[in-house]
Amino acid sequence: MPTAAPVEIKEPETTEVTDVARPWKVIVWNDPINLMSYVTFVLQKLFGYSKQKAHKLMMDVHTTGKAVVSSGSREKAELDVFRLHEHGLWATMEQDT
Amino acid sequence: MYRVDLDTEDRAVLRELPLQLSRALVSNPKGEAFRRLSPPAYASDPAAEDEYRRLVGQDLSDAKVAALETLAKTADAKELTEEELDAWLRALNFVRLWLGTVLDVSEDDDADEPEDPPHILYHALTWLQALVIDALSGEA
Repeated sequence: MPTAAPVEIKEPETTEVTDVARPWKVIVWNDPINLMSYVTFVLQKLFGYSKQKAHKLMMDVHTTGKAVVSSGSREKAELDVFRLHEHGLWATMEQDT
Repeated sequence: MYRVDLDTEDRAVLRELPLQLSRALVSNPKGEAFRRLSPPAYASDPAAEDEYRRLVGQDLSDAKVAALETLAKTADAKELTEEELDAWLRALNFVRLWLGTVLDVSEDDDADEPEDPPHILYHALTWLQALVIDALSGEA
């Protein structure tokens, strides 16, 4: 079997591809001012979640400090964060690792 | 329509306080007292955060001012539409985020909190906001 000459292999430039493939997640953080019932209400209103689902997410925020409330493309995540900010919720977004 | 049953003193507060906040917000949007009203979208990416602020910062500020002005304008109303009550909900929340930050309220039970006028006001607004949530959820 012939030995191939060593070739310098360039790292494939896949950054952009993976960036698109990795969804963004929208996180709501616990804070001492937003009422639990308000957080539940806003999650139902903005995302159409059932009361049960919205309540569970709110409890995650309350007990663990944060919860992922939605995910998707960067554009969708940014819009969701914007709508949460319109309601005064402490929301941030980050890309899945 | 939603019926509003509040006394004159409460209504006077709802006429004045939202306008104080909206004036303060417009004149000094980056003030420390307002940090909970404008949390970052990108907590660890300053460049993306700057871009987010550039794109939607004005819209977010306008939305807050609009809700606060609706609350002030309808503070004496006997009845509110759903849209107006939704503005009350958000405006009350913005006022609480402001006042709560200034008072540095904590989530724990408020037994240790001073019972001075600002804290009494904060809790009265919390009570009113909870009533609005119940009304809008059909649980009043």
